[in-house]
Amino acid sequence: MKIKNDALTVDATDLKILKALQEDARQTYANIGKRLGIAHSTVYDRLRKMERHGVIKQYTAVVDGEKAGLKSITALMTIYTDPKESERVAEELSKTPKVLEVYASLSEELLIMAKVVAENQEGLHAFIANSVAPLPGVLRIRTSIVTKKFKETPFSITNDADKLHL
Amino acid sequence: MNTENMPKSLRTFPREKAFYFFTSIGNYTGVSAASLREFAEKINEASVKSLEFHLYRGDFEKWMAEVVQDDELPSEVKRLQRFNLMGDALRNQLTTVVSRRLKRLTGQLGPSQF
Repeated sequence: MKIKNDALTVDATDLKILKALQEDARQTYANIGKRLGIAHSTVYDRLRKMERHGVIKQYTAVVDGEKAGLKSITALMTIYTDPKESERVAEELSKTPKVLEVYASLSEELLIMAKVVAENQEGLHAFIANSVAPLPGVLRIRTSIVTKKFKETPFSITNDADKLHL
Repeated sequence: MNTENMPKSLRTFPREKAFYFFTSIGNYTGVSAASLREFAEKINEASVKSLEFHLYRGDFEKWMAEVVQDDELPSEVKRLQRFNLMGDALRNQLTTVVSRRLKRLTGQLGPSQF
């Protein structure tokens, strides 16, 4: 772990700690230390630093909405924008709790892509008609409602296996 | 037209109160209208798929009642639903109803002609 100009560079040990945490964020420092063959105080120190520098953004629960009885639909919006306004459109969308993810892409046209949840189709339509279409710079919107989810995983340290050498 | 004496149905609305033409749930065409006059023009620009989508969901009458706050158009437009109009027949009838109301509001058509 190196800190240069207040930016943290993680090393192989940090990555191993992160991997262990992503498998189970509720395990103790002692348990992680034991698995990795390092002192629990080292685990503690490194974790605090990674939290302070934003490498670890938050500890959260991954909830299965269906099993929790929460009925909602997910849709993927592609928003065609005026290039001059696209940044602002993306920022406005990002402020909305209904919008889970926002991306910008430059293909033939400048696009904003966003993943949105709503209670039902009517709620989705009302949100897009009342809150997205009126945003300055929105040229048109294509929306696809997700009917089946095949895979959804958050970014994992194990995705960068080369760096880990595990 | 002197805006002080202008009927409220002829006002121009801010972006968030404009009518946005969609073809289906969440699919915005890029056509919008911020006044009744503009709406009358955009009926000819919007696809028939969009007109059908909104007429049978009751979106036109809702916007005309809640935003435009016109006394007559919501019921006139709602009445079109009964004829099961589709395609250009729907476009033509909607144009007729809205244009007639606009003429009345702007004083180009007397009450007896309405």
